[in-house]
Amino acid sequence: MTHVHGLRCRECGREYEVAAIFTCEWCFGPLEVAYDYDAIRKAVSREKIAAGPLSIWRYSDLLPADRNPAVDLGAGFTPLVRADRLAAELGLGELWIKNDTLNPTNSFKDRVTSVALSKALEFGFKVAACASTGNLANSVAAHAAHAGLRSFVFIPANLEQGKIVTTAVYGGNVVAIDGNYDAVNRLCAELAGTYDWAFVNVNIRTFYAEGSKTLAYETAEQLGWQAPDHVVVPIASGSLLTKIRKGFDELYKVGLLDEEPQLRVSGAQAEGCSPVARAWLDNSDTIKPVKPDTIAKSLAIGNPADGYFALDAVRQSGGGLAAVTDDEIVEAIKLLARTEGIFAETAGGVTIATLQRLAREGIVRPDERVVAYITGHGLKTLDAVEPTTGPTAVIAPTLDAFHEAFPPDRIQPA
Amino acid sequence: MSVTVRIPTQLRELSGGASEISVEAGTVQSVLDSLQAAHPGFGDRIFDEHGELRRFVNVFVDEEDIRFLDGVNTPVEDRATVSIVPAVAGG
Repeated sequence: MTHVHGLRCRECGREYEVAAIFTCEWCFGPLEVAYDYDAIRKAVSREKIAAGPLSIWRYSDLLPADRNPAVDLGAGFTPLVRADRLAAELGLGELWIKNDTLNPTNSFKDRVTSVALSKALEFGFKVAACASTGNLANSVAAHAAHAGLRSFVFIPANLEQGKIVTTAVYGGNVVAIDGNYDAVNRLCAELAGTYDWAFVNVNIRTFYAEGSKTLAYETAEQLGWQAPDHVVVPIASGSLLTKIRKGFDELYKVGLLDEEPQLRVSGAQAEGCSPVARAWLDNSDTIKPVKPDTIAKSLAIGNPADGYFALDAVRQSGGGLAAVTDDEIVEAIKLLARTEGIFAETAGGVTIATLQRLAREGIVRPDERVVAYITGHGLKTLDAVEPTTGPTAVIAPTLDAFHEAFPPDRIQPA
Repeated sequence: MSVTVRIPTQLRELSGGASEISVEAGTVQSVLDSLQAAHPGFGDRIFDEHGELRRFVNVFVDEEDIRFLDGVNTPVEDRATVSIVPAVAGG
């Protein structure tokens, strides 16, 4: 049983009944799920969560869809890895990596998709759909297949080949659009008004977005029910960042954290698509949309729906934002791989490069407990590292050839 | 000299259910003003109390977001299409 009492507009506060709607009819602001926190406080405990499944559904009391039956491929409960070697490189102290590459389709999107399609089934939809920069496409295609739903996934035609294959393999419809993500998104907003489909990030978005809160819940549980001091989160639409912050606040509100979180939130964007970072750097209240041009295609949203809320969260919490170059992104992917054995896609490169930049600027500090969110697997964006990554040597299968390539006096420790 | 305005689902109660409305060409501002004149109530929904477009309303002239053009001063020529699209999708 959920503890949802309705939907509420984030802009003007108007309230609505639970339905497959996503914008306020009055002001077009985004709707958000409104919970009965007193009921949740009575229903949850650390013990009950610990006894739950090793997935996002252990937190079902804090989610807007029922756990039974959920569309569940096992999203969530990914490792929180202590990253001392990376911390040393960056001059930081206690650093953790939330390794969300280890989800069923290898990105955090499985969290939101699992919640969205569970809700879609409750509403009685027969077709799952989405606009995607790639990771969501993988996730919706897979979860729809698992749930026996038909699917229509809309992507920009210039997406990485790997992400197209890893979507199409699930057998649903994959529609490549001749345009960028914002064009795909706009088409989907219009299609959602025409077809009675569950567009997870359009008409189901209110519920979908709540799935991201589980990244905060897990982090706190894995830290022994404590919040970190600082989180670094990639920004595409801005939803993930705002929901992670909300997740920590909710844990305190329902009594699962003893102390009120003093969380600082920082956001990561690629220079080629940095509308939110630009507003922060320019000290502006206006987020100007941009035409994306970056290798971090999973973050390439030029007109971010939750950009204003992400900007507010960063400002209110005393965090920072950075816009990092494509070269920095590639170097950061390799830095994370080299120091911690975690292979991230380009969005993870954006996050680590931003962490590096903010550490240098003193915004992320060595006395803080820091968590960086790595949201997608490096195998999804091999193109990014392929030109500068390869075998150390290519040799004939003989000892002589090996010795020539690696002279014994150079590889034996003295 | 007329242009087509595409009405999102949320505003169709004001247009008598119509998904498209024809108004005179001009600028985005004049087109939206004509819409308000023909169907009172549109203005309050699209513009905030300072007369600025609400921040979660996106307006396109043909395929382009007016924030990449000249905002509400963007010219709207004969036979163009103006779309009003809610901004809070995606991601």
